[in-house]
Amino acid sequence: METLEPSRAFPSANAQESETLLLEARHLTKRFPGVIANSDVSLQLHRGEILALLGENGAGKSTLVKMLFGLYTPDEGDILVDGVALGTKGTQFAIAQGIGMVHQHFQLVPVMTVAENVVLGAEMVKGGRLRIREAEAAVAELSQRYGLDVDPTALVEDLSVGSQQRVEILKALYRKAKILILDEPTAVLTPQETNELLNTMRSLASQGTGIIFITHKLREVLAVADRVQVLRGGRVVGEARPSEPATTQASLAEMMVGRPVLLAIDKGPAHEGIEVLRVSGLSVDDDRGQRIVDSVDLSVREGEIVGVAGVEGNGKREFVEALCGMRAYQSGSISIGGVELAHHASPKDVADMGVSHIPENREKHGFVGSFSVADNLVLNRFDEEPYAHLGLRQFDEVRKNAHELVDRFDVRTPSIETSVGSLSGGNKQKVIVARELSQNAKLIVASQPTRGVDVGSIEFIHRQLVSARDAGAAVLLVSAELDEILSLSDRIAVMSKGRIVAILDGEGADPNQIGQLMAGG
Amino acid sequence: MNPVGTKPHATNVALLTNAPHATRWKRWVRAMAPATIVLVLCFASYAWDGRQTTAVLRAAITFASPLILCALTGLVCERSGVVNIGIEGQLLAGAFVSFFVSAKYGVFWGTLAGIATGVVLGLGLSVAAVKFKVDQIIAGTVVTILCFGLTSFLYKQGRVIKGRMPTIKIPGLSKIPLIGDLLFSNQVITYLAFVSVFVVHFALFSTRWGLRTRAVGEHPSSADTAGINVNRLRLLNVAAAGGLAGLGGAFLSLQNASTFSRGMSANLGFLALALMITGRWRPFLTAAAALFFGFCKGMAAQLQFKQVVNIPPQFVNALPYVLTLVALTVFSAKVRAPAAAGVPYEHEG
Repeated sequence: METLEPSRAFPSANAQESETLLLEARHLTKRFPGVIANSDVSLQLHRGEILALLGENGAGKSTLVKMLFGLYTPDEGDILVDGVALGTKGTQFAIAQGIGMVHQHFQLVPVMTVAENVVLGAEMVKGGRLRIREAEAAVAELSQRYGLDVDPTALVEDLSVGSQQRVEILKALYRKAKILILDEPTAVLTPQETNELLNTMRSLASQGTGIIFITHKLREVLAVADRVQVLRGGRVVGEARPSEPATTQASLAEMMVGRPVLLAIDKGPAHEGIEVLRVSGLSVDDDRGQRIVDSVDLSVREGEIVGVAGVEGNGKREFVEALCGMRAYQSGSISIGGVELAHHASPKDVADMGVSHIPENREKHGFVGSFSVADNLVLNRFDEEPYAHLGLRQFDEVRKNAHELVDRFDVRTPSIETSVGSLSGGNKQKVIVARELSQNAKLIVASQPTRGVDVGSIEFIHRQLVSARDAGAAVLLVSAELDEILSLSDRIAVMSKGRIVAILDGEGADPNQIGQLMAGG
Repeated sequence: MNPVGTKPHATNVALLTNAPHATRWKRWVRAMAPATIVLVLCFASYAWDGRQTTAVLRAAITFASPLILCALTGLVCERSGVVNIGIEGQLLAGAFVSFFVSAKYGVFWGTLAGIATGVVLGLGLSVAAVKFKVDQIIAGTVVTILCFGLTSFLYKQGRVIKGRMPTIKIPGLSKIPLIGDLLFSNQVITYLAFVSVFVVHFALFSTRWGLRTRAVGEHPSSADTAGINVNRLRLLNVAAAGGLAGLGGAFLSLQNASTFSRGMSANLGFLALALMITGRWRPFLTAAAALFFGFCKGMAAQLQFKQVVNIPPQFVNALPYVLTLVALTVFSAKVRAPAAAGVPYEHEG
C-alpha cells in the first residue's frame, strides 16, 4: 500500500497511469428531448484517486455519473471499467463491475434495518432463509474496517442524515465496489458530518478505491480531490489539480460559471434603524418534549443582518420555527415591530405581521412542487389584491408578477407555467427567495438560504439579502455554513446547546473562535 | 414463530430501541398473551356450555377461512406496492370456475382450477396496473365488475359437484377436547388457509423474496438501484397472490356451500381488505382480525337462534361489521401502509 499522502500518491508518469486505470469514459454524449445533457465528455479515473466533478446545477454532472452507473445509456461514446465495456447492460452489470453509487436522494428503505438495506439485492441465503445475523456481522465488520460508524440493527428511518449516507457507502462496499460515485454527498450534511465524510473518502482512496464525487462546493474540492474536472453546459471546460498553486477557489469558480465570481460579498456598513425583532427569554421544546431552545434573548434592527451560527441539533431550527409560527413556544416573548406574537400564532399570522421566511426545508415548507412557478410566486398572497378580486383569482396579475420576478431574480425556468418540482435545486431556491424578498417585509428570516445551491446562485442570493438589508429590512440569517455567516452578518449570535453563548461583531470575527463557541468550548 | 429476520417494523419502531434479545422476548409475550387469554376464555365457556361454544368457534373458523385467504392476497399485493381491489372478483370467479370444473372432474381439479383462475385474474390485473400503469383502483374495479357479470351470465343451473371436499382428522390431535374438534378435524381448504398464514409470514420476513418484496413495496427506487427488477417482482407477486383468493373461491363453492350461486362472494373480498388493514399488513394479526370477525358472525348467529335478546335480526346481523369497523378505527390509528402501495414505478433512464 502507498505510504504517501493519498492525494499525492500518483505521479503522472504515463506508464504508471495506464496500469492503475480503473475507469475510462470516452466521448460520451447524451441527449434528452430538447437538451443535450452531455456532449463529448471524456474522463479517466485511477486506483486510489479522488476525482471531483465540479459544475453548476444543470451542467450535466448528474447525467454523466448516471451513465457511468448504467442508469442512462449514452447516445454516443463508451465506458470502460478495467477494460470491460459497460455498453447497454444497465445498473446490475455496472455493480458487478465494481461501481457503487451514493445517490443524492438516498436509496434506502426507511422501515428496514441497516443490515437489511445493505444486503438488499445481494442477500446471503441458506436453505431458503435469509442469513440476517451474518449480514449484520458482515456490516459491522465493514463499518469497523472503513471507520464508518453505524449500528447494523438500527432502523434506517431513525438514523441521522450523516449515518444514512454511511449506510449508502457501506452498501457499495458490501458489493465490493472499487469505484465509488458520490452525487453531491455534502449537500445534506452538517459541517461536522462533511468533515467526517471527507476523512472517510481519503481513507477509502488510500485503500485503493477510486472515487468520483460531484459537488459545487469549492472548499471541499480543494480539501480532498486529487483532480478536478469542471463541467459547464454539458461539456468539460477545464481540468485542474488542487495540488498546483494556480488552482484556487476563485479560479475554479470562474471556470465553473464562465465569468469571475465574487466569493465574498462586497457590502457597505450597516445603517441600523429601530428594533424590529425582539426575542426575550424564549424557551422552546423539541418534538420529544426536551428543552431545545433555552431562554434566548436576541434583537434585530432595521438595516442589519444578524447571523445565528450553531451546530445542527443545538436549537437553531426550533428557534426559527417558533419565530415563524411553525412551533409553539413554552415561555418568553417574541415581538415583531413592537407587536407581541401570540403563543399559538400561525405561520400566516406571522407573515401578516410583515415577516418573510426562507425555510430551511425548501421541499417541505418552501413550495408546492406540482404547482407552476407563477402560482408558487404568489403562494402566500394568492388570495389578496391584486392577485384575487372578489374571491376570484386574477391570472393576468399572477402572470405579470411571475414574469417580473423571474426576470429580476434570474430564475432559470422554461416558462412560468413549468412546475417548480421539475426545476433544479438552485432555481427552486430562487423561486422562494423571489417570493419572500419581493414583499418588502420588515423582517426577513433566512434559514439555510443557500443549502444545495451552486456558486453562481449563492452569490446572487447573498447579494439579494444584502440589498434587502440596505433597503431597511431586518435580516435574521440562520446557517450551518460558517463562511456564509461570516461574509454576510453585521452581528453574529453563536448558539450552543439551546443558548446564545455570544454575540460578536461581524466585522473581523474570528472563525476559529466561533467554531469553538459553537462546539460549546 | 421464527425470530430471525422478523423485525417488527412500521408501527413497532419504539420497541427496536431495546436490545434485540429483550425485543424478541417482549414480542413473544405480546404475541402469546392475547392468544392465551382467548384460549382460557374458550375453555371456560366450553365448560359452561359445550355445544354452543363449539358452534360459535366453528362458525368463526368457517367464516374466517376465505377471509384469511383473500386478506393474504391483498397483503402480498400491497406489500409489493400494488393495491388490489379486484380480490372480490377473483374470489367470485374462483368459486365459479372451481364449481363447474369439479362438476365435471371432481373437487381436486376443481380446487386447482379455482387457484388457477385467481392467478390468471391476478396476472391480468398486474399487467394492466404494473405494466401499463392503469390506475390500480380502476383496474381492480374492472376485474370485480367483470367477474360479477361473467359469472352471472355464464351460470347454468342443475350442476352438482362430483365428490366432496375431504375432511382430514389429524390422528391424536383431533382427540383433544374442543381444540381437537375445531382445529384438527377440518376440510382441506381450511387447513390450507391457516397454513398459508404461516407460509406467507415466513416468506415475507425470513426469505430473500420477502426482503425484496417489502423493499419494492416501501421504496421501489432503492430496490431498483440494488439491481432488483421492481416491476417484474410486482407482476409475479400479484399474479401468484391471486391464487390464494382463487382458493378462497373454491372454499365458498366446494367446501362451504357445495354449490355456486350468483354473487356468492358477498363482498368478502372487500371485507378482507379492511381486515388486512386492521391486521397492519401482518399475516398473523390479519388472521386474528379475520377470526375475530368470524367469531362475531358466529355469536350473531347464536344470538338469533337462541333469541337471547329481542331485537330485530338485521341489527344482530350488522353486529360483526360494526365491531370490525370499530376495531379497524381503533387499531388503524397509528398504522402505516406500505409506502409505495398504489404507486406505479417508472424505471429511470
